[in-house]
Amino acid sequence: MTTAPVSENGFRRILNSIHIPPVYFFLVLVFLGGGFLDQVYADGQIFKNPAIMLNIVVRSVALGIVAVGQSLVIIGASIDLSVAYTISITAVMSSYLMQGKTANVPMTIVGVFGIGLVIGLANGLTITKLRVNPFIATLGISLIIKGIINASFSNYTGSVPQSFEFFGYGTLGPLPVSILILLLIVLGGWFVLSRTKFGSHLYGVGGNSEVARLSGVRTDRVLIGAHIICSMTAVLAGLFLVSQMRSGAPWVGPNGVYDLNSIATTVIGGTALAGGKGGVWGTLGGVLIFGVLETVFNQLGVNPYLKTVLQGAIIVIAVASYTLRSKKEAA
Amino acid sequence: MATEIQETNVKSPEKIQPTMEVQHISKRFPGVVALDDVSLQFFPGEIHAIVGENGAGKSTLMKIMSGAYIPDSGTIHLSGEKLSFSHPQEAQLNGISIIYQEFNLLPERTVAHNIFLGREPSRFGALDVRQMNAQAREVLKEIGVEKMISPTVLASSLSVAEQQLVEIAKAISFKAKVLIMDEPTAALTYTEVNLLDDLIHRLKQRGMAIIFISHRLIEVFNIADKITVLKDGKFIKTVDKKEVTPADVVYLMVGRALDHYFPPLGSSEDFGAVALKIKNASNEFIKGVNFELRKGEVLGIAGLQGSGRTELAQALFGVAPFRSGSMELHGKAIAIKNPVKAIKKKMGFVTEDRKSEGIAPRQPIRDNMLLTVRAILNLVGINYKDGIRKSRKLVPMLGKQVDIRTDSFDREAQFLSGGNQQKVVLAKWLASDADVFIFDEPTRGIDVESKASIHDMIRELTKRGIAVLMISSELPEIIGMSDRILVMADRKVAGELPAKSSEQEIMLMATGHSTGTQKTTVPAGKD
Repeated sequence: MTTAPVSENGFRRILNSIHIPPVYFFLVLVFLGGGFLDQVYADGQIFKNPAIMLNIVVRSVALGIVAVGQSLVIIGASIDLSVAYTISITAVMSSYLMQGKTANVPMTIVGVFGIGLVIGLANGLTITKLRVNPFIATLGISLIIKGIINASFSNYTGSVPQSFEFFGYGTLGPLPVSILILLLIVLGGWFVLSRTKFGSHLYGVGGNSEVARLSGVRTDRVLIGAHIICSMTAVLAGLFLVSQMRSGAPWVGPNGVYDLNSIATTVIGGTALAGGKGGVWGTLGGVLIFGVLETVFNQLGVNPYLKTVLQGAIIVIAVASYTLRSKKEAA
Repeated sequence: MATEIQETNVKSPEKIQPTMEVQHISKRFPGVVALDDVSLQFFPGEIHAIVGENGAGKSTLMKIMSGAYIPDSGTIHLSGEKLSFSHPQEAQLNGISIIYQEFNLLPERTVAHNIFLGREPSRFGALDVRQMNAQAREVLKEIGVEKMISPTVLASSLSVAEQQLVEIAKAISFKAKVLIMDEPTAALTYTEVNLLDDLIHRLKQRGMAIIFISHRLIEVFNIADKITVLKDGKFIKTVDKKEVTPADVVYLMVGRALDHYFPPLGSSEDFGAVALKIKNASNEFIKGVNFELRKGEVLGIAGLQGSGRTELAQALFGVAPFRSGSMELHGKAIAIKNPVKAIKKKMGFVTEDRKSEGIAPRQPIRDNMLLTVRAILNLVGINYKDGIRKSRKLVPMLGKQVDIRTDSFDREAQFLSGGNQQKVVLAKWLASDADVFIFDEPTRGIDVESKASIHDMIRELTKRGIAVLMISSELPEIIGMSDRILVMADRKVAGELPAKSSEQEIMLMATGHSTGTQKTTVPAGKD
């Protein structure tokens, strides 16, 4: 009698643990659809060439890293619009500080993560202590960073040493280092969210901040922490980008639309914009969908403006389908 | 006042140290003195009820005791030691647990995550989920609901009552010395209340000091040992339950005797033509509903939680419309497929969940009152501040009709008490000239005095020829207000009872032990 509920729970736990976010269904759909179109209208590389598949992931690394951070703040019912310029400032500052010398690398890394810390702290404090709406707060901080960059740098500045390119182009065995880094970050994000007290509290803050506060959670600290982590992921994405480009330019962040894309992929991944629900595995799925789309569009030679239109349509369809589905479940 | 405090001190056993003591607590909010020099003592193994109307300061006092608010002045002593809390966590660590009036669970998290939010067990810095689930199961077992509620299910999958039980489990899991409950039974059904009563008594045996706030005086008299009355933020009196009657307590609360809770029922000359007639109507939630509602009568809908009461109201109002059967409004066949149609056909729906479905809390009272009128006006056109063209006096007139106490109609609705908010909802429907009203739990969580005035208002509506359908889980309200009683069970109409039926008759029918003797409306052979 007493063992019955336990075994049922064990069964449920297994079910829960293999629960796959619905975004992967879309990912497969988009991949198969894109591959099919590629077969018919282009050279069919997507299905034939494994290097292309690997390339899809490599392409997604920068966005993936920052989207993990974005997922954290969105789960905490906040948002970070400053990631794009955080990436930019990391890119220009790191190539400026390194000046092509390997010896400067450690100092530079400490420096740019310091910048990330300051930005995350500024975001978090503005939101929690000054009680500014996260949208406005991070937009404001973003503008401040933009101003600082534009006043100080106008073009490619400095360069990173050859050795640093290992980060962007190196391989460990058959796998590109960049993919390992992405995986590590996603795993880290998953661990933080589902296996630490901080993650648990973050879901609480996002689900209902007052409930969390009354349960004894230091809500402000949790949210500030999430913002710091988010800025750190943006810094990491910036370092990754600069290692690929060898030199930092002020426009890398905004050109990659990392702010809106990281939000879009998080939401496609099933994380609620209202907070309190979601996870990084879903976000990874969202990021991969973006990567597949990019590759498919390139293969097919789609007009870049049409590409944006299709990307937008897919975001809306994916998110709408979740809402409809959850409504159906409720009824 | 000081003499009264001393009076109670004398009554308490002198040697026992109070578990918790508050002295000279005052708290001001902009424009209101929420608490004015309140001093109270709470003893181990004692159930202490705090009563008072809405706005009396009960909830503020509880929030101060649990560290959610910081008092402007006054001190808190716990087991003789002076403490001050700057964050709810500090109160919890000192053994003070509170269950709030509003549900405080995270719907998207599991039961275990909810119970241990803020103090999850961890090992080497990582969350120990297995340990947490095991501990949650222990706590649920402690209150005897481990078979009902699994620690790994999402809170959103639980019923209202189960969620309440999880909240209690959470409160107990703090190894609390003081347990504060703010309206713990507001959303519970009869059997669930009994379960809770048992639980409270067991906790009392363990020497916990239990403080609870309730609007249900019957309940207060059932379980409390001591009763403290607050009024307008001031301490009035602490009395021993055995020495007073409910009438005494009501007198202390409102400052006058409430000789009757309910206005007289309607008489046969009040009842007019059939306003609403439902024949064999069904949808995915309720089956084969038949009834007639006459002008000028109050038709009470009783039934246990989950019997389909609210679903009936939602079907009538087009929220989840009927799929089959027929509906006649004033003798004309009609199908109400959405709320807009219902409003246009002059139906009004005062919903169960006032906070999320009744009022727009951040909108001024004025706009709340005019919501329905504006909804059925043309989309293109000018919105007049005072409502509709040629009727500048509409808002003040409505305010007067429903007797809202406020200094300005431009005040945001969230600053009104529950009773006044309900009056705003009522005014909203009066503004649209509704002649068929559906009330779903019209007085849930509302103080005694506002309750009486809402009851008066409902009866007043019927005098004007308005037909009223009133759903309530409070049997005294059903019996006190209804000219006829429709009992629902198992998503069907179980039967109909005449006015002034007893609680027992209703409960028997609601639990499926008897069917209507009067005029059975249950379709034969369906079960």
